[in-house]
Amino acid sequence: MYELFETYRLPMDIWIRDAVDWLVMNFRPVFQAIRWPVEQVLAAVRDGLLAVPPPVFLVVLLAVAWRAANWRVGVFAAASFALVGFIGLWEPLMVTFAMVVSAVFFCVVVGIPLGILAARSDTFFALIRPVLDAFQTTPAFVYLVPVVMLFSIGTGPGVIATIIFALPPIIRLTNLGLRQVPEEVVEAGTSFGCTPMQLLWKVQFPLALPTIMAGLNQTIMLSLSMVVIAALIGAGGLGVVVFSGLNRLQVGTAAIGGIGIVLLAMVLDRITQALAGKTGPPAQRSS
Amino acid sequence: MSKIVVEGLTKIFGPNPKRALPRLAAGASKEEIHRELGLVVGVRDVSFAVEPGETFVIMGLSGSGKSTLLRCLNRLHEPTAGSVRIDGQEITRLDRHAMIQLRREKFGMVFQRFALLPHRTVLGNVEFGLEVQGVPAGRRRQAAMEAIELVGLKGWENSYPHQLSGGMQQRVGLARALAVDPDILLMDEAFSALDPLIRRDMQDELLDLQARMNKTIVFITHDLDEALKLGDRIAVMRDGVIIQIGTPEQIVSEPADEYVAAFTHGVDRTKVLSAGAIMQPVKAVVTDRDGPKTALHRMRQSGISSIFVIDRQRRVQGYLTIDDIVEAAKSQRPLEACLRRDFQPVTEDTRLDQVIPLGAESSIPIPVVDEAQRLRGVIVKGALLAALAAREAGGNRQVPGGTAHAAARADTVAGRGGAGQSSGGEVDDVRAV
Repeated sequence: MYELFETYRLPMDIWIRDAVDWLVMNFRPVFQAIRWPVEQVLAAVRDGLLAVPPPVFLVVLLAVAWRAANWRVGVFAAASFALVGFIGLWEPLMVTFAMVVSAVFFCVVVGIPLGILAARSDTFFALIRPVLDAFQTTPAFVYLVPVVMLFSIGTGPGVIATIIFALPPIIRLTNLGLRQVPEEVVEAGTSFGCTPMQLLWKVQFPLALPTIMAGLNQTIMLSLSMVVIAALIGAGGLGVVVFSGLNRLQVGTAAIGGIGIVLLAMVLDRITQALAGKTGPPAQRSS
Repeated sequence: MSKIVVEGLTKIFGPNPKRALPRLAAGASKEEIHRELGLVVGVRDVSFAVEPGETFVIMGLSGSGKSTLLRCLNRLHEPTAGSVRIDGQEITRLDRHAMIQLRREKFGMVFQRFALLPHRTVLGNVEFGLEVQGVPAGRRRQAAMEAIELVGLKGWENSYPHQLSGGMQQRVGLARALAVDPDILLMDEAFSALDPLIRRDMQDELLDLQARMNKTIVFITHDLDEALKLGDRIAVMRDGVIIQIGTPEQIVSEPADEYVAAFTHGVDRTKVLSAGAIMQPVKAVVTDRDGPKTALHRMRQSGISSIFVIDRQRRVQGYLTIDDIVEAAKSQRPLEACLRRDFQPVTEDTRLDQVIPLGAESSIPIPVVDEAQRLRGVIVKGALLAALAAREAGGNRQVPGGTAHAAARADTVAGRGGAGQSSGGEVDDVRAV
């Protein structure tokens, strides 16, 4: 019954292996150059976070969340982090947090300019759109394969996989937000003699900001899910706790790792949603 | 020198639009060009000039190309062919930098849906033009506050646009345009999104501001009454072409073709117009404290034969005829003693078809008052009869040309509030018809 497929087989795995080998052979410096800044930022953030005494961290977190949202979110954030600390996972929490922060940092630095470019050029948007679609429909695990081949394993490559995985929403929503700015408002800006840069920063970007912040929120949530999966390729943090727990059938260990991840996700979501609400015009603000 | 000179301006939308120019020159219609080339003709070979201090209204239905034409004047739309000169300078050849400079120096623009920046306060919005120019914060704030005061929004400068009503938002739009002290105001259906009462207020206010500031205004509208009220001259557009340019009187009395005629005669104007539209400013009043000599002097100066008496709040108390006053002066009685109270006031919103019966009975002008009974203006019989005559001309197209012509002209006078006309003269004119 399967003779057809046995007789005629496309050796695609071999082609891809050869292509990757060729890439690694010839472009190793390029991949190292990509990896370097990511690992520098990651190391700086992680070392910084771990150097802060947990009580100080909790107070700062309380203040930031309070300021961004309200006192309830502040208390919730501080209590959640404290709980994760008390169940013995402070250090993995900080590592995961550092990975998310670094990944999101690079997503913003790369994604917002790409989004602006996409909003300004239909050609560019038509070019990157299928790429974004492909990225968003590809299961998270599949990213790990090329990343490992090109960047090897460890926390740095884990962050790189996370950046690629979490990048599409911020590009998409930056593009969308800018395109949704009413034509008449853009005309108003132009008619008063805005340069293209003034138009972007004084008119289009502020009006698009609520949408861009919604994109940032999605990007943060996606990075969090990916930094956990990145434990499969040797990245540290809470993901490691979950996977090692599962591998050794230590249900308790796996579960507390999971609790840590869920709490971190909720805290980040609440804070960034509140921030997104505050960037809108006062009418759109939800208290 | 003309402020704005437009010659042979054409705007075609679509890829590589210049290829339609030969077909256009050969006289192909808008539909033919769309069918053959897939291009849309927005404005077609339009020429006109606007003088300094003039309010030039471009009127047409939606899709007539009027907004496109306006946007060609500051190159929000790039003209496909033709020339636009501002103060003698050809702007279609300016590079991007020079064009930005020109927009900053010469233009202020007001938009139909206000186009305010929702994240900025009223002050922040009004400052916008100056901020873009790099004017230092102190000076820019001062200019913005002056503009805010000018449009009557003092005290609202820290509010956000969404906290204001539509009329107030458009005042912000107007203040934003005025803050940069432009030579030319471009107003794109600026009052069309407002409800009728607010719209009329804004029109009055614009006339008021214009009397003080003397800007050159290009005003787009689809509303005939608005065009007649605001325009020194009106250009009527259809299908991207200007069909007629003329003063309001010329447009109404000598329509260039059936299209313009339909525009101006198609409606029963007494049902459309309200008392406010044909009322005239009160030329003279006396207060209940003035003596007969003052009253006589004022009446002689304004050439009127009866005068309204108001109190300190401008509420109408009654009226006096010239005979009453002469009598009072002779017999040394106070004016109050011979005050006549048999008048029937109307409000600005009263439809003309309700005003007409009152006018027929009354021997004096009809006072127009606001909710607090304060005197806002008067309707003289001439204006009323003119509006009535226009109804008959509009209702019956078969009337001899001469009659329709004269009626329409009188109607125009009424429609514009008859500023500067002597009321007696109007009455005679219409009666002669």
